Amino acid sequence: MTTNSQSRPLSLADRGPVARSYRRYLGKASLTLFAVLILSVFLLPMLFMINTSLQHPSQRTTAGAPVYPAIAATGTYQGQTYPIYEVPMPDGTTRNLMLIEGLRESSTFVDPNDPSATPIEWQGRWRTLSQVWSFSPDIDNFTTVWSQLNFPRLLFNTAAVAILSTLGAVISSCLVAYGFARFRFPGKNIMFIVLLATIILPFQVTLIPTYIVFTRLGWNGTWLPLIVPHLFANAFNVFLLRQYFMSIPRDLDEAAMIDGASPFRILRSVILPLSVPAVVAVSLFHFFFAWNDFFVPLLYLSGVPDLQTLPIAIQQFNALYVTEPTLVQAAALMTMAVPVVIFFLAQGAFMRTVVITGVEK
Amino acid sequence: MKKRQDRVDEMSQSTVQQKISGTPIGERRWHMNKNRREAFWGYVFVSPWIIGLALLTGGPLIASFILSLTDFNLVNPEAVRFVGIDNYVNLASDPLVRQGLLVTFKFAIIAIPVTMGASLGVALLVNSQRLFGRNIFRTLFYMPIQIPLVASTLVWIGFLNTKTGWLNAIIGMFGLQGPDWINSEAWIYPALTLIGLWGIGNFMLISLAGLQAVPTNLYEAARIDGAGAWVMFRRITIPLMSPILLYNLVICLITTFQYFTVAYVLTNGRGDPNNATLFINLDLFHEAFRDNRMGYAAAIGWLLFVIVLILTVALLGFARKRVYYAGGES
Repeated sequence: MTTNSQSRPLSLADRGPVARSYRRYLGKASLTLFAVLILSVFLLPMLFMINTSLQHPSQRTTAGAPVYPAIAATGTYQGQTYPIYEVPMPDGTTRNLMLIEGLRESSTFVDPNDPSATPIEWQGRWRTLSQVWSFSPDIDNFTTVWSQLNFPRLLFNTAAVAILSTLGAVISSCLVAYGFARFRFPGKNIMFIVLLATIILPFQVTLIPTYIVFTRLGWNGTWLPLIVPHLFANAFNVFLLRQYFMSIPRDLDEAAMIDGASPFRILRSVILPLSVPAVVAVSLFHFFFAWNDFFVPLLYLSGVPDLQTLPIAIQQFNALYVTEPTLVQAAALMTMAVPVVIFFLAQGAFMRTVVITGVEK
Repeated sequence: MKKRQDRVDEMSQSTVQQKISGTPIGERRWHMNKNRREAFWGYVFVSPWIIGLALLTGGPLIASFILSLTDFNLVNPEAVRFVGIDNYVNLASDPLVRQGLLVTFKFAIIAIPVTMGASLGVALLVNSQRLFGRNIFRTLFYMPIQIPLVASTLVWIGFLNTKTGWLNAIIGMFGLQGPDWINSEAWIYPALTLIGLWGIGNFMLISLAGLQAVPTNLYEAARIDGAGAWVMFRRITIPLMSPILLYNLVICLITTFQYFTVAYVLTNGRGDPNNATLFINLDLFHEAFRDNRMGYAAAIGWLLFVIVLILTVALLGFARKRVYYAGGES
């Protein structure tokens, strides 16, 4: 602000420091503007979703309807409801009037603000006139989705599966990461390489036997295939936690060890309290993964509506209501609401941790 | 608490003294025990992963290979026959498998470079010192990856719709006719690539971590030598970032070959238009869970595994001489 007012009377070239800071400010502003532009394009589909989900379905099939959520304006005349049109008057002005009677070449209009006045006879084709729309967000789409999908049930299922699977994944990964970070044992290096190698193993190659075994165990149609496999740690989580654990000075656990603490005790009372950011990051990663997972629930829960999670339920919903974009967009918005809110609440911890630990590097 | 602290101090002091005063009698035996105890606890802690590896990875991997040599199905499991390499022979002449691989490769050729370029570009943007509110930008560029993929796919399907979507409306404002993104065999891949841009978050963050690890004094030295922004990017940023870019590339490759959800949601698993979204993974899904040909599907799984393995090894081999490791070769 000050830079701006100071530099205005000057030509930019003649005052060194002022001109330079003005230029730097200008550079920052233009780069930020550029970033805003890119970000707006990037997130434009979100606006589309919100906008569509608030529209009344009929708006999308009406020609001349505006982009924003709106309904055609109407007025009441002698107890009846009539649509309002933009009518060009002979004196050059345009008035918003109710169409009482429309004939081919002439029509009768009434001023909605003054219904008692004499009706106006208008010469011309009323079908060429455009209707008046008023901004009016419609939340019926959300209530429809809510009841059609048994949404509370789905939310509960998704949250339960995500929380249970996250608990299992985080606890097991902490144990394994601690083993790799703090103990020497024969075969450790090979094991760690194998652990990392499992990252490139496509899940399809183990899919079929796992599916057969889970089905034979009677787990098909239950939550178990979504939870049990995560009780055995996974490479990403272990790698991230191990990196973090290794950055904690060994003196601390050696001191506790001399004090007679068991390794479990050391993990619980020394390592974990110092690794909160990494544990939080891993928990969030896994929670989002579990919340959003599609393939495994599709495989095991397709035929069990009572146990389904949100992603497969809205996929089926979409297949059913593919011709009703307002409902589909409302369903999409409702499905992403919880993860997005959690993400924004946790984003500070999230972004910081990921950058500090150089996750998955 | 204080008492405990004292004891710790005392004891660690005495260990230090022991170490200084040379090996006391019995130290060796104590050391052996300590090693063995340490190994025992190590195995205890990594055991969840070892059990998981045996039950969920190693076992199924072998079982899947054995299955791929049979005509196993779940409806009639007793009738299983050993068919040797028949499944693999059939793979070679199966038009759907060929289509699946072709589709996957076509998509990979467009999507991988665009994803890599976009994530590095955004990382450079949100790393810039000259950007106001960098954290807000980082958060917002990252956010879409945490949206359930099914939901973001539905949003994009709507956004790309030729009649009611916004993208073609915007293209129309410039007087151009937008393509039929979803229903055209040619435009479906750019459309899927656009959808994929909402998944750059993790690549962007990893690149960002890499950018911040580049020592700033290198840039200062280069600036003194009169280097411009492009030269610094080309000669400092890219070489120092190369291990991270390689990592991103490998992960991007692997995830591309596991592409499923978007393709499935797009056409409810049918692979439309004209099998243009019949990714190899979708074909596997059809064989196994629609047509109940588990043995054949296991063979497709193995084919996929071998392809990913070959590509990864080739990529790592190609990158060996071109990636710069600050800590020297390792």
